[in-house]
Amino acid sequence: MGRTLAEKVWESHVVRRFEGEPDLLYIDLHLVHEVTSPQAFDGLRLSGRVVRRTDLTLATEDHNIPTINIDQPIADPISRAQVEALRTNCAEFGVPLYSLGNIEQGIVHVVGPQLGLTQPGMTVVCGDSHTSTHGAFGALAFGIGTSEVEHVLATQTLPLKPFKTMAITVEGDLPAGVTAKDVILAVIAKIGTGGGQGYVLEYRGSAIEALSIEGRMTICNMSIEAGARAGMIAPDDTTFEYLKGRDHAPKDAEWDAAVEYWRTLRTDDDATFDAEVILDASALSPFVTWGTNPGQGLPLSGSVPSPADAADEGERAAIAHALEYMGLTPGMPLRDIAVDTVFVGSCTNGRIEDLRAVAEVLKGRTVASSVRMLVVPGSVRVRHQAQAEGLDEIFIAAGAEWREAGCSMCLAMNPDKLAPGERSASTSNRNFEGRQGPGGRTHLVSPAVAAATAVTGHLAAPSDLVSIA
Amino acid sequence: MESFVRHTGTALPLRRSNVDTDQIIPAEYLKRITRHGFEDGLFAAWRKDPGFVLNQPHHADVSILVAGPDFGTGSSREHAVWALQNYGFKVVLSSRFADIFRGNSGKGGLLTAHVDQSVIEALWTAIEANPDLEVTVDLEEREVRADSIVAPIDVDDYVRWRLMEGLDDIGITLAHVDAISTFETQRSSFMPTTA
Repeated sequence: MGRTLAEKVWESHVVRRFEGEPDLLYIDLHLVHEVTSPQAFDGLRLSGRVVRRTDLTLATEDHNIPTINIDQPIADPISRAQVEALRTNCAEFGVPLYSLGNIEQGIVHVVGPQLGLTQPGMTVVCGDSHTSTHGAFGALAFGIGTSEVEHVLATQTLPLKPFKTMAITVEGDLPAGVTAKDVILAVIAKIGTGGGQGYVLEYRGSAIEALSIEGRMTICNMSIEAGARAGMIAPDDTTFEYLKGRDHAPKDAEWDAAVEYWRTLRTDDDATFDAEVILDASALSPFVTWGTNPGQGLPLSGSVPSPADAADEGERAAIAHALEYMGLTPGMPLRDIAVDTVFVGSCTNGRIEDLRAVAEVLKGRTVASSVRMLVVPGSVRVRHQAQAEGLDEIFIAAGAEWREAGCSMCLAMNPDKLAPGERSASTSNRNFEGRQGPGGRTHLVSPAVAAATAVTGHLAAPSDLVSIA
Repeated sequence: MESFVRHTGTALPLRRSNVDTDQIIPAEYLKRITRHGFEDGLFAAWRKDPGFVLNQPHHADVSILVAGPDFGTGSSREHAVWALQNYGFKVVLSSRFADIFRGNSGKGGLLTAHVDQSVIEALWTAIEANPDLEVTVDLEEREVRADSIVAPIDVDDYVRWRLMEGLDDIGITLAHVDAISTFETQRSSFMPTTA
């Protein structure tokens, strides 16, 4: 019987298999950042262990760091101590690190792919749930906890039970103005925040194949928001073109050997998935969240739901609780929701294509006076690329703030936060209570919707804007 | 790691679904570099509400958390497990756990046990009627017992064995270091390094 893409990658990494025990899986790339690693390095130190493969490990600073005045010491002493702990640990254990100020610094899931370190058929882990991003290349990539970080540092392996597989098939053409972010928000709304639990999701179908690598990364990135461990997309010519010539991509004869292998990384025609979900791309439209988990989303043309519409008591309570936190009333058109902050960035939507999409909308327009807009590149390389294309001038002319690279307002760990009661349209990945700051309210949106929302001051798509002659 | 065979204590009825790890411990508390002292961050935002269930004096000494479905979704932060343990929790019962949270719990010795949602509902009702109700979670017998409630708990066989033996995963894996070294000699030469 045929095998799925996920099964092929899994099987090629089994170091040891024994009845009744998890498989011991080899890890090809371990990405590290300051938040989930200090206790792991401490554990190594306590037990006198070393990092087995420093040459398969890479660290960067992203969660805690400020996105302005980066030439000055980090103001928050606790954040500074955590970043300094990473620097000390990497120096002591010999792990390569891209620190604040280095041209290769950025969000861990933006840095790996842009260096060409993320390649088809690899296993990639990081102490961060959005490691699923790297599945866009046909890698098996998933987030792990700090104990597992320590395990990978010490052994370059992880004991794991096989995941189940689920096909998410999106066929047809996406309508104009509908993006990868809208696709994944619609998928999560359809299967729910627990729908993917225990599964690796494989996104397939003509709409997925038509996406750029960056769009595919946006999709795979949010697999975790459906509860899945990983998301994957079979590598194809789009993948190979993106990788060719990157710093860590294979060269010359090695490149040819790699591509020959990578072309085998497809789900066989006679393979079966444990579950399958099908979406019609042509029926999708810009999608936004109204609630406090990423599954609570609707098309922008919709209205805030009512607890009375719930299927059961548990859902009724969840909707009522979310509406109370979000300060919304049932029946209100989503387009009438006014925001005071717009955040563009994160490992979900902080790459160059995202910034181009925002600039296209903002060009010749201005951010509403009631709105603060932050545009935060996912890496220093992305920042430089945007500046080379003049995108920064468009953002600044429109009244947005153009920042340095980092996780920024995706999570409330650095100075970029919402104040209590503030409401954002955000291109990030989580609308949990307090995610962007205690008491803050988050609506997840695509970069294009974020830009249009910044212009009008309430949730909007670019097609809502008066055209500029 | 301490071994876990069975635990008896009082329980907290948390009538919420989709309790994400940002709620269990907000990001602000993740800047610390130790493994202890996270109890003050546990459910920090919700604990600001005097009516929150964990703030009730009759639930002061709880050690078993009885939660709604999809517990531990979102961020991979193991700090969520540490916060629960530092506060004094030994067990979380739910009808569905997020994968990463469940994995992290097993590593650190916090038992996450699946029970049917009907059992969760029965426990909620019984605990709300009597906050001092003694609840026993028996890993050896694979069951939860509280007054007249006796129900099976579902725990992965391998995780159960590790918890009962109190074994450290890294030590187990390092016993197979030769297999790792052999595997490494067979990796394709085109695979990247970070060097």
